[in-house]
Amino acid sequence: MKIGVLVSEGPYTHQAADSAYKFVTAALAAGHEVPRVFFYHDGVNVATRLSVPPQDERHIQRNWTALAKDHGVDLVVCIAAAQRRGMLDENEATRQGKDANNLAEGFRISGLGQLIEMGIQTDRLVTFGD
Amino acid sequence: MSTLHTVNKSPFATQALVSCLNHAKAGDAVLMIEDGVYGGLGGTGLTEIIEEFGNNVSLYVLSPDLAARGFDADRLIDGIEGVDYDGFVALVAKHDRTQAWL
Amino acid sequence: MSDVKKFLYLNRRAPYGTIYALESLEVVLIGAAFEQDVSLAFVDDGVFQLTNGQNTDGIGVKNFSPTFRALGDYDVQKLFVERESLEERGLSEDDLMEIVYEDEDDDWAEKPAIHVISRAEMADVMADADVVLSF
Repeated sequence: MKIGVLVSEGPYTHQAADSAYKFVTAALAAGHEVPRVFFYHDGVNVATRLSVPPQDERHIQRNWTALAKDHGVDLVVCIAAAQRRGMLDENEATRQGKDANNLAEGFRISGLGQLIEMGIQTDRLVTFGD
Repeated sequence: MSTLHTVNKSPFATQALVSCLNHAKAGDAVLMIEDGVYGGLGGTGLTEIIEEFGNNVSLYVLSPDLAARGFDADRLIDGIEGVDYDGFVALVAKHDRTQAWL
Repeated sequence: MSDVKKFLYLNRRAPYGTIYALESLEVVLIGAAFEQDVSLAFVDDGVFQLTNGQNTDGIGVKNFSPTFRALGDYDVQKLFVERESLEERGLSEDDLMEIVYEDEDDDWAEKPAIHVISRAEMADVMADADVVLSF
C-alpha cells in the first residue's frame, strides 16, 4: 500500500516530526511504500541542516535524510511555508539575493501541488501536527 | 468504509478527542497518540464519557507514547487496546482513510 | 490523472492566533488546479474563520478573510459549517460572510457556497471523503 505523510509541526518543540519518523520507519518495515513526506507549516524547519542538537539527543534532520537515502522517500518542503520561515535551498537563496542557504541533503523545496499530488497518488494520507 | 481517527492532544487541554468521538461512526477506530494518550486513562473525569463512545468505536492508544509518560496498559480504560507503531501502521492500512484531529 | 478524489479540508482552528487557517486556505487555492472534488469543513473553532467584519488593521497581520469570497472563482463551491459548533460559540449564520459561486449548470446563477449542517451531517461529509487534510 502507498502511504503519504504530512508533517505540520517543527522539530524539538513538538513530537510530530518524531512520531512521523517512527511511523514511516514502521510502515517501510511492514512492506508498505512511503513515496513522499510533505513538510508544511513549521514542519519545514525539520529540513534545516544547521541544527546542532546536543550529542546525546536524536538528530531529527539526519534521521530524515537517512530515510531519503536508504529508502528513496521523497522529502518535500513547501516553498511558500519555507520562504516565510527562512528555509532556502541554493537556487532559492540566489534568486532571493540571500547570502546563505540551509536546506539539508535529501530534502527538496517545491510547491503545495506536491501535497495534493501525494493525496491523489497514495492510498492513505497520515498527518502529524499540532 | 471506515476511518482511522488520530488524536494527539490531551482531552484535558482541548476538545479534539470529544469532537472526534462526536463525529466518529460505528466501525471507525480512534488512535490516541502523543499527549492524546492521556485520554485513554481510567479513573479520570472523562473516563465515563469515553467509555460510552467505546461501545461503537474501537479505541486504541499508542503504547510507546503511553510508556514515555509513565503509564502501563493496565491504567487504560477497559476495552482500550495498546498498539505499537507496527499496530499503528496496520490500523492505517485497515481503515479506508485516516483523519487527524489536530 | 483520470480518477477524481474527494478532498476534504478540515478546519478546526480560529484565524490569526496561529497560521493554520491561512496556510490551509493556500492549499485549497493551489489544490483547485488539480480538478478534484473539493469540500471545506468548518468545525469547532474553525467556524471563527468565516466571521463577517474581520479587521486586522490593529494587529499588523494581513486580513485573509476576503479570499474565502473568491473561492467560487476557483471552483470551490462546498463550504460546510457545523451548526452545533456555531451555536456553542454564540454564533449564527448571520455572523458569517456571504460566500457565493456561479453555477455553470444553472445559467451561472449565484448560489450560496456555505451550507450550515448538523453534526451528524458533518460526520457523513467526513465519512464520504477520500483524502482528509487537517489544519
